[in-house]
Amino acid sequence: MATTTGNRLEVLKTYKIYIGGQFPRTESGRYYIATNSKKEKLANVCLSSRKDFRDAVGKARGAFGGWSGRAAFNRGQILYRIAEMLEGRKAQFVDELMKQDSTKAQAEKEVSLCIDRLIYYSGWCDKFQQLFSSVNPVASSHFNFSNPEPMGVIATIAPQGDSLLGLVSVIAPIIAGGNTCVALASNTKPLCAVTFAEVLNSSDLPGGVVNILTGKVAELAPFFADHMDVNATVYCESDATTQKMIKEKSALNVKRVVLYDKVKWNDAGGQSPYFIMDLQEIKTTWHPIENIGGAKAGY
Amino acid sequence: MAKASKKNTIKLKFDSARKLAPAPESKAGAKIDPQYDLFINGKFEKPTSKKYFASINPATEEKLSMIAEANQADVNKAVKAARGAYDKNWKKMPPAERAKYIYRIARMVQERAREFAIIETLDGGKPIRESRDFDVPTAANHFFYYAGWADKLEYAFPNRTTSPLGVAGQIIPWNFPLLMAAWKIAPALACGNTVVLKPAENTSLTALKLAEIIQEADLPPGVVNIITGAGSTGAAIVNHPDVNKIAFTGSTDVGKIIQRAIAGTDKKATLELGGKAANIIFDDAPLDQAVEGVINGIFFNQGHVCCAGSRLYVQESVFKEVVRKLKDRLETLIVGDPMDKNTDIGAINSREQLNIINNYIKIGQKEGAEMYQSSADLPKKGFYCRPTIFTNVAQSNRIAQEEIFGPVLAIQSFRTDDEVIEKANNTPYGLSAGVWTDKGSKIFNLTTKLRAGVIWANTFNKFDPTSPFGGYKESGYGREGGLHGLNTYVNVV
Repeated sequence: MATTTGNRLEVLKTYKIYIGGQFPRTESGRYYIATNSKKEKLANVCLSSRKDFRDAVGKARGAFGGWSGRAAFNRGQILYRIAEMLEGRKAQFVDELMKQDSTKAQAEKEVSLCIDRLIYYSGWCDKFQQLFSSVNPVASSHFNFSNPEPMGVIATIAPQGDSLLGLVSVIAPIIAGGNTCVALASNTKPLCAVTFAEVLNSSDLPGGVVNILTGKVAELAPFFADHMDVNATVYCESDATTQKMIKEKSALNVKRVVLYDKVKWNDAGGQSPYFIMDLQEIKTTWHPIENIGGAKAGY
Repeated sequence: MAKASKKNTIKLKFDSARKLAPAPESKAGAKIDPQYDLFINGKFEKPTSKKYFASINPATEEKLSMIAEANQADVNKAVKAARGAYDKNWKKMPPAERAKYIYRIARMVQERAREFAIIETLDGGKPIRESRDFDVPTAANHFFYYAGWADKLEYAFPNRTTSPLGVAGQIIPWNFPLLMAAWKIAPALACGNTVVLKPAENTSLTALKLAEIIQEADLPPGVVNIITGAGSTGAAIVNHPDVNKIAFTGSTDVGKIIQRAIAGTDKKATLELGGKAANIIFDDAPLDQAVEGVINGIFFNQGHVCCAGSRLYVQESVFKEVVRKLKDRLETLIVGDPMDKNTDIGAINSREQLNIINNYIKIGQKEGAEMYQSSADLPKKGFYCRPTIFTNVAQSNRIAQEEIFGPVLAIQSFRTDDEVIEKANNTPYGLSAGVWTDKGSKIFNLTTKLRAGVIWANTFNKFDPTSPFGGYKESGYGREGGLHGLNTYVNVV
């Protein structure tokens, strides 16, 4: 850990979790030490518990009505605002990524890609609905249409391989579509996730829409899958045992399970409106069309 | 007449003069063989198990036919046939040719519509009016609709291409036997998959008749295989390693078992599960129309409908009036012989289901709800249940929480929009919902806030091949029907 610059003592950052728009420590009081590849200590990081996850789900559920009820245009502006805030704090993220073993060039590329990805999904907020909706030409005298609606609370285990890009790539389509989420950050590279929570917190994103935990995948994944008030679970690693466990436990309340083990987040395949649609339901609405006595008014 | 309606000042008299003469549909139009084998690889084959079980007419308890029971070896054969047909034939066939086969099926179902309707009613107990005017034509239309998609899939997924999944294992329920077969087979074939389908053991006959049509339509052998049996046959399909997709319609309990069973595999699934739909009447609704909608919502197909409007919420100021109208309307419903063209409510599908329903009726009374049943005479033989409504129901009562799958309605009252939205959404299910009001803005407030896959406003229980159907939450996932029904039968790349 850094100590002094010149003759001034540096203020070290406390890495906390992000629940309901606030930065508590884990209720469990537990921590783990995040290191770089040379085993140098970077920070004490919260080792989140099942109770933290439950608290976060409660906040996410509470935020769902408001967030899904906002105008899609407004959600687009907030995603854009997140990108703005990230751009403004680019240097801090580059610095953290470099602490976590990235080269400067890699770090700059990763942060830029995250900013651009947020802008990309900002644009989709009020467009994907038109693309994936339909007016259905039913044979009876009804007006009938189908449109996407957010699933609800999404429990997401972020890609573990990188600190920021994976997290941003899975969260952005979730919230662009009006869902709220609880995300578990990369266990080995947790720093940027916490700092990204600070970006979210200063971006007009209502508290509880995104909740970010740090901790162990093996410990928390079962709870992500079996919590009864979670609508879908997203898992991004290729570990077959965990995939099976998540699918099995998800059956408890017929959760939707989305696996992103084959996605490469750092290329163009890492973003598309289909990621938004993976966490949407389709709602179909019917209403009769009045046709009294063969009325002939019209053209 | 039943007691409760005597209190009403305006009393409708249905106990006199309103006896309609019987108008039975002739059985002559339908040929049912004494025994049915398994349809595998384009031929009817005897089951390896050598076992057959009886299919009875729930309206009379008479045996209709003996149905083959497929075991693991039979499932293996069927899957092998489907895989062979997929590899050698179906996936290579130009999509426009595939389409023409499916169009053929649609046309042949239309040609033999009356025969199908009669068999559907004999086998399942639903009123002939429903099987004739709804089940069979909608099934035919479903084939016709999806046939046309086969060569247009590249327009359905913007900026993507699609490929078929392979072999689809499809397991369907007993409430709409032919229609569910159509919902499953038509999109699967259109998207280039081959099929192993298992109808419910109580209602196998129309699926087997459909197999005859598939043979007659000259589909390449193995593209569609129809095998019969009970739960263990279904389990063998679900667990077969060479099946790529499971499509299931049935109970939430079995849906969860399937979701667990395929957890360690790459199998995709569509689950259409249970429901406990809220039907909501506001005080500004056209009440007579709403009452008709409620009746259709809960008594259509004896209430054996996953999206049935089994919870009724009535705004307080019109509560008494709506309940009185419902009771009066209940008295006019004709319960009895499903083959009679005047029958509104036919036979309960099986003795087992009748026991389940009767048990819930007991539970409802024990929980303190007030029961009202129509005074209709029931036939001496067969499985019948009087249309039943409960008032004085609490949100926590089992009859307000659990799917009964019968002609039983639980009625509650409400005061405000927010209250009824909360009550309506307070269920693990999310298949459908209904809203009755004359105010457009209120309709859209409700239709956007109700967490269910199909919302009927000022109507109920309407279905169409172009209209996606499927649930939120524990009512399952995936959609059937329309553009969105294609999604679950293709890989999108």
